[in-house]
Amino acid sequence: MKYILIFFCSFISLFSHSQERPIVFKGALIYPINGAPISNGVLVVNKGKIISVGASDSKIPADAEVKDITGKIIMPGLVDTHSHLGGPEGGDGSAALNPDARAMDAINPSSDGFKKALAGGITTINIMPGSGHLMSGQTVYVKMREAQTIEEMLVVNEKGVYGGMKMANGTNSIRNSAGFPGTRAKSAAMVRELFLQAVEYKNKINKAGKDSTKMPERNLKLEPLVEVLNGKRIVHFHTHKSNDIITAIRLSQEFKFRMVMHHLSEGWKVADEIAKAGIPCSVINIEVPGGKMEALNLSLGTGAALEKAGVKVAFHTDDGITDSRLFLRSTALAVREGMSREKALEAVTIAGAQMLDLSSKIGSLEKGKDADFIILSGDPFSVYTKVEQTWVEGQKRWDISNPADKAFLLGGYQVYSTDRAEFHHHKNEENEQ
Amino acid sequence: MQIKIILLAGILWLSSSVASAQVAIKASVIYTVSGTSFRNGVILIKNGKIENVGTASAVSIPNGYKVYQANVVTPGLIDARTVIGMSGVLNISVDQDQIEKSNPIQPDLRAIDAYNPDEPLVKIARECGITTIHTGHGIGALVSGQTMIAKTKPGTVERVTIQPLSMLAMTIGPSVSGNYSSPGTKAKQMAMIRTELLKAQFYLKKMSDKDSSKRPTFDLNMDMLSKMLKREIKALITANSSVDIMNAIRLSKEFNLSLVLDGAAEAYRLIDEIKVAKAEIILHATMARNEDDMVNMTRESAQILTAAGIPVSIESGYEGYVPKTRIVLYEAALAMANGLSFENALKSITINPAKLLGIDNRVGSIEIGKDADIVLYDGDPFEYTTKVCTVFIDGEVVSDKCK
Repeated sequence: MKYILIFFCSFISLFSHSQERPIVFKGALIYPINGAPISNGVLVVNKGKIISVGASDSKIPADAEVKDITGKIIMPGLVDTHSHLGGPEGGDGSAALNPDARAMDAINPSSDGFKKALAGGITTINIMPGSGHLMSGQTVYVKMREAQTIEEMLVVNEKGVYGGMKMANGTNSIRNSAGFPGTRAKSAAMVRELFLQAVEYKNKINKAGKDSTKMPERNLKLEPLVEVLNGKRIVHFHTHKSNDIITAIRLSQEFKFRMVMHHLSEGWKVADEIAKAGIPCSVINIEVPGGKMEALNLSLGTGAALEKAGVKVAFHTDDGITDSRLFLRSTALAVREGMSREKALEAVTIAGAQMLDLSSKIGSLEKGKDADFIILSGDPFSVYTKVEQTWVEGQKRWDISNPADKAFLLGGYQVYSTDRAEFHHHKNEENEQ
Repeated sequence: MQIKIILLAGILWLSSSVASAQVAIKASVIYTVSGTSFRNGVILIKNGKIENVGTASAVSIPNGYKVYQANVVTPGLIDARTVIGMSGVLNISVDQDQIEKSNPIQPDLRAIDAYNPDEPLVKIARECGITTIHTGHGIGALVSGQTMIAKTKPGTVERVTIQPLSMLAMTIGPSVSGNYSSPGTKAKQMAMIRTELLKAQFYLKKMSDKDSSKRPTFDLNMDMLSKMLKREIKALITANSSVDIMNAIRLSKEFNLSLVLDGAAEAYRLIDEIKVAKAEIILHATMARNEDDMVNMTRESAQILTAAGIPVSIESGYEGYVPKTRIVLYEAALAMANGLSFENALKSITINPAKLLGIDNRVGSIEIGKDADIVLYDGDPFEYTTKVCTVFIDGEVVSDKCK
């Protein structure tokens, strides 16, 4: 694993052509997220990293290129904890549990969907396979770097991995075909059975220690689950209804795996139970409930309810369910329904970074972190505000003043091809009891 | 007995007082849409109609009027084209009545036989300030059926309907071939619908025979197509790609239809053609997904068409999954964020659809004598963080959420 890590780190440094001269952005209202907003602030970046964030009297390097952006707002690049951009595919129909399937083997790094992310101010994405399976496979954490290969986009996190494990319960993963569960109880039983195998496999590995002759045969299905059991690989668990949320918590507690719960239509009903279990939550904000049974009681008040209960909250696009270009809008809807502005901003930055084990690198504007930030024309929660620029590791990746970039914000005129995020329709909704 | 009579009298008095409630709405800003906006304005409502509107200094509030306060007020919003009430929130077969897949051409299907005023999606729309909807049969059939116009009040269809028959819903595009084994191609779609319209032309001719014995037996399908051929009802044709829009225009020209182009994702490329055809436009939701035949949509469409002198009405349209419907208030907001003026954005969900639907004598603006359909907001109606507070339909409060 260590070698893989080094391999990818060198890949990243190879391909990130960081600017030589420092760049200084001055005059903006800065939301660093880890502290109070700084009016008339100064942000200094160099070689892909943040050099300093401070007030107007901050030290400006002598050789710096200074950009006066008075009147604008700077905040960290947005972290989308759940997206289907780039074509990760839905999950293989051969089985309900596919821990060996990697989204990275499917994603097209040239997908024009990533332009939507940039236009929406998103700089880091957890790309997930779909929710039609109990376990649809390994997710990937990517940066919106200029890239020809998926490897160039990967972000290795604090635990040495660049993705999580996608799981789901509820109705999407229930279907009437061989190898798939027909009920909720069967869904949980199948998951528990697989985790028992993984525990056994893990024990064999531990017992073998450094004795390679005693090491069990490699098993592609169980290896990533050992990472899950060891706390390296986080489970990203699609769950909507309150009973399904509690089941997900029960499973995570039985096998002691680290988990982020996703969507949580009925999270508002069991906010205290979630808080007690200490599970971080990545919530989707959609203005109209329904479209499937498990989202019937979806509420834009979930973010506020979870915040009140003391749960760590992030948001996500689930692109193509909501559009990456409107990620900030979805955040504003949660504010409308009672979430604090402060926590809502954290929900698209540092909270998301923490849920991917990436908060030492991204999610706030702090010295030494990656220079991922966005420049806004005004208040982050306003319909009148535009994302004007999106910077990834010190590189300007999107600029509204460039017509070729703006075209991806607006669409039309053949700017988008037919290559776009998979949009999954789950046709098994009528199984809902 | 006496107690019962008193009780009954009390109930009657209560119910009549609700029905004929006299209401005054005071607001920092009233957008009438039809005329000037009023700062520090007052609206008076009596017997379900707008009695007066003006500045607070010009319109005094008579005694006995219940007073509501708001930051901003607009007319009740109109969704130019939706399927809510036909298509339900659960998205299971028993609540999806917007499309009947037994036959791609079914003009005889009436919306009033399926519309459910108590559908939760209708309640959600109402709570978002949408007071009138043009709903009915959906997209994805050459002729999916009839549409209707209703207020978003709960109750029976008879109680809420403004027009039981509004238009015939038609689609030219790939969604038709997705729903039926035939037609499979664009050319076949056109051939099939032309064949049916030619039949209807023949039927219409025979029906006008002076000798009643020579007239054909009454046919529900032919009768409805005849109404469209006689321009008594408009042809509501969903077409998104440039090719499909031109097919719709060609068809309308051949049969002299009164054309309403629905969806119209690539209408921005065909300004001149649309003007020559005198087609009216119901534009897709700004946040509709740019996939399939809508891959080439732009968020500037509303602005481009409006600037070209083509009035735009924005629709929620149809959604097959999550979210199950769009809300035109939010869609107009996004059109505004992409270049449409505030004024025109508001028109696109009030007076423009009212005119297109032929109901502007009753709704679509705040004018004396019109239905008292009014929406109260706690801020800029298009701002993301603004709440729709109180909604009036026909002078009655149907939603009140900012208490």
